Amino acid sequence: MNRPTVDRPRAAPAAPTEQEAPVARPPRRPAGAARTARPAGALLRTAHVLLLPAVLVGAYWAFTARPDAGFYTPTPDAIAGAFAELWFSERLFVDVLPSLGRLLTGFALAALVGVGLGVLLGLDARVRAIAEPVLEFLRAIPPPVLVPLMIMLAGIDDGMKVAVIVFGCVWPILLNTVEGVRAVDPVLADTARCYGIGGVTRLRVLVLRSASPQIMAGLRLALALAIILMVISEMFASSSGLGFAIVQFQRTFAIPEMWAGMVLLGIIGFVLSSLFELVEGRVLGWYRGLRSAHRGE
Amino acid sequence: MSTAAVPPAPAPRGARRPGARVRTAPNRPVLGSAGVLALLLLWEAVPRLGAVPERHFPPASEVLATLAERAGTTPFWEAVGHTLFGWALGLAIAFAAAVLLGFALGSAPRVRAFTTSTVDFLRPIPSVALIPLAVLMYGTDIRSTLLLVVYACFWLIYIQVLYGVADVDPVAEQTALSYGLGRLARIRHVVWPTTLPYLMTGLRLAASVGLILSITAQLIIGSPGIGQQITAAQQGGAVALVYAWIVATGVLGVVINLGVRALEHRVLRWHTSVRGESAA
Amino acid sequence: MPATDTTHHRGVRPGMLKVTGLQKIYNGGPAPVEAVRDLTFELAEGELVCLVGPSGCGKTTLLKCIAGLMAPTSGTVELAGEPVLSPPPGMAVVFQEYGRSLFAWMSVRANVELPLKEKKLPRARREELVAESLEAVGLTAFADAYPWQLSGGMQQRVAIARAIAYEPQVLLMDEPFAAVDAQTRADLEDLVRSIWQRLGVTVLFVTHDIDEAVYLGERVLVLSNSPTVVQDDVTVDLPVERDQLTTRQDERFTRLRAHVYAQIQQAKKGTAPTAA
Repeated sequence: MNRPTVDRPRAAPAAPTEQEAPVARPPRRPAGAARTARPAGALLRTAHVLLLPAVLVGAYWAFTARPDAGFYTPTPDAIAGAFAELWFSERLFVDVLPSLGRLLTGFALAALVGVGLGVLLGLDARVRAIAEPVLEFLRAIPPPVLVPLMIMLAGIDDGMKVAVIVFGCVWPILLNTVEGVRAVDPVLADTARCYGIGGVTRLRVLVLRSASPQIMAGLRLALALAIILMVISEMFASSSGLGFAIVQFQRTFAIPEMWAGMVLLGIIGFVLSSLFELVEGRVLGWYRGLRSAHRGE
Repeated sequence: MSTAAVPPAPAPRGARRPGARVRTAPNRPVLGSAGVLALLLLWEAVPRLGAVPERHFPPASEVLATLAERAGTTPFWEAVGHTLFGWALGLAIAFAAAVLLGFALGSAPRVRAFTTSTVDFLRPIPSVALIPLAVLMYGTDIRSTLLLVVYACFWLIYIQVLYGVADVDPVAEQTALSYGLGRLARIRHVVWPTTLPYLMTGLRLAASVGLILSITAQLIIGSPGIGQQITAAQQGGAVALVYAWIVATGVLGVVINLGVRALEHRVLRWHTSVRGESAA
Repeated sequence: MPATDTTHHRGVRPGMLKVTGLQKIYNGGPAPVEAVRDLTFELAEGELVCLVGPSGCGKTTLLKCIAGLMAPTSGTVELAGEPVLSPPPGMAVVFQEYGRSLFAWMSVRANVELPLKEKKLPRARREELVAESLEAVGLTAFADAYPWQLSGGMQQRVAIARAIAYEPQVLLMDEPFAAVDAQTRADLEDLVRSIWQRLGVTVLFVTHDIDEAVYLGERVLVLSNSPTVVQDDVTVDLPVERDQLTTRQDERFTRLRAHVYAQIQQAKKGTAPTAA
């Protein structure tokens, strides 16, 4: 880093100074969007996106195309062929969509319970003090250990899998919500009281919104956990689902199919995370702007 | 009690008014103990009263007795040792790799631009997707566990390091430059202290996720450790033992969380005071 | 407009805001702290009164008690004859920490409109009030911006717009300009004067700045050191039309300023108040 600050936006003086005329920052633009907006050219940007993936895939291909490459690493075209054959068929409806359905159901229930309880605990110091050690313990339990238990209790049906996801995902959401609700700015809370903002409006406009950065962080963690739990609840003991299918392929040494399953899992992870980012960008646009305003950008 | 993955909060304009938060604090140790006690009583009472069958939900006393009995045996501690070893080694590898790569790429934005798309694609891939590959390549060897733990932990720490390096105050950086600090000195005195809180956040997240994956590997793949013990207990129908192991993993998780938080507190004690001052 | 110099607000109805024997003792810490001892004063309808005192004299405590955000240990606060037990609908507050008292996730317009929605005002009336108040503080062009996109002084203007759109009987301002730079401050002071003149609202303006207190107020209440009592009640006999340049050079201004300054110095030393 010879000239380390070159790529950064101009560092504005931190002290806010008043000018009657419009301030340098144009309204209505999340300041976080100001990335590398230099006239680097579309070519460079394309290279940024594509070069490394192309090199990696190429290297993998070259490696696997050799005759001595080994049985466990099929070539990309073999994986792609298996992928198309496997997932563009009825298996999509038999294995993939039900898995996704359970994943989203579990995640949504966990979000509902986590945020609801989190608000209750966050608003009441006494209840929080009572529940804190218990919650510390419950959230420290690695959720996968519940899979065997749930199987004993509930068998291997959908309910078990959803229950595992809910129980595993609820803690990061709950604890982050508590943190966020506790951190509501006292001045802002006073302001709301002065202007007669109470009850449901207070919850909606003040509490949930000001806790939303933490809530979203909790949801993000929970989403990653939900995918993990979906897969292992199906891998551990199941007769259907994506995780089950992948383990079947592995056990029967259907290697390209196994890879196709892994790739699909990767794609699911990527797509869900991208969708989440999209939602987060909408919900937290203000927060990013606020942060970069604080940083004086 | 914070799981927040939010990077250190933006300093509010103007320091918080002293005394603005000093509402009469409830007596937390007493209330907390009451909460734990209430949970244990409930756990004891529900199966005893027959609200749920004891076969599925043994009372607390039975589970804790089972745990205490097991805790006196060598296999118990061997299993704990295996789990912790996989966790610690995986975490250490991920930490070292993430810090090195994070600092290297974080301070070279032009190179980093080429990696962003790949990172954005690889990062959300659930590490459990690697399970079948791990089984094929390493079987029940510890390397299977390590593969999962390292993959999951690496991204958590790496991303935090990148956030941290990007958060370096340009003014501080320019000050260091103007006083003629060399590149290494700048990393040591400007970049590293700024990144430290982010790094600790990453470590905290990775520590708990690493434990999850360490146990997952044992559950699914069958490498020796707590996960494998739980599978065995479940297949043997030893319900109380399954519960006992779950309690044990919870205790393990709490110990790890407390340990990491103590470390964080120690490492950042000097740091937070400085930050608090500059934020005012 | 020299014609408006005739006192058109003052003394229409006494006792718009009445503080009687207010005392506040904090019991949270290791030992009880008496922040406010015995405060009694009154604001007539349409008055603009400044409250000035040495730093740490319990100004914020007092203001929170008046606003109904905090219960006093003893004594009463009355707004238009009604006791204040919780934040009353006839009162609006502008806080010092503008950055923290605006909803960062709402546009300027939504910030101003929110309290009006809670008042269940019809939409047309709300829009009218929002437009008028933003116009009054000169922020019409920024209605759709987020507060954090504005400079500090402009953010405080948003808070002021929100307060006047609320159509309060009494406007409380808690050191509202302590965190903005000097030029902005002068502009905002004139803004407060002009809003007060136009709307005829009763204003209680808390500050630690003696110049500001004398320049803004029709009356200045000087508070003593904590535990706080009213040390002096100074009537400001300056013309209604004030100007940053000429008023501050006015011989009466400097005399008042010196007087208040002396009172504050005395208050800091904690000597017994002498009647002025």
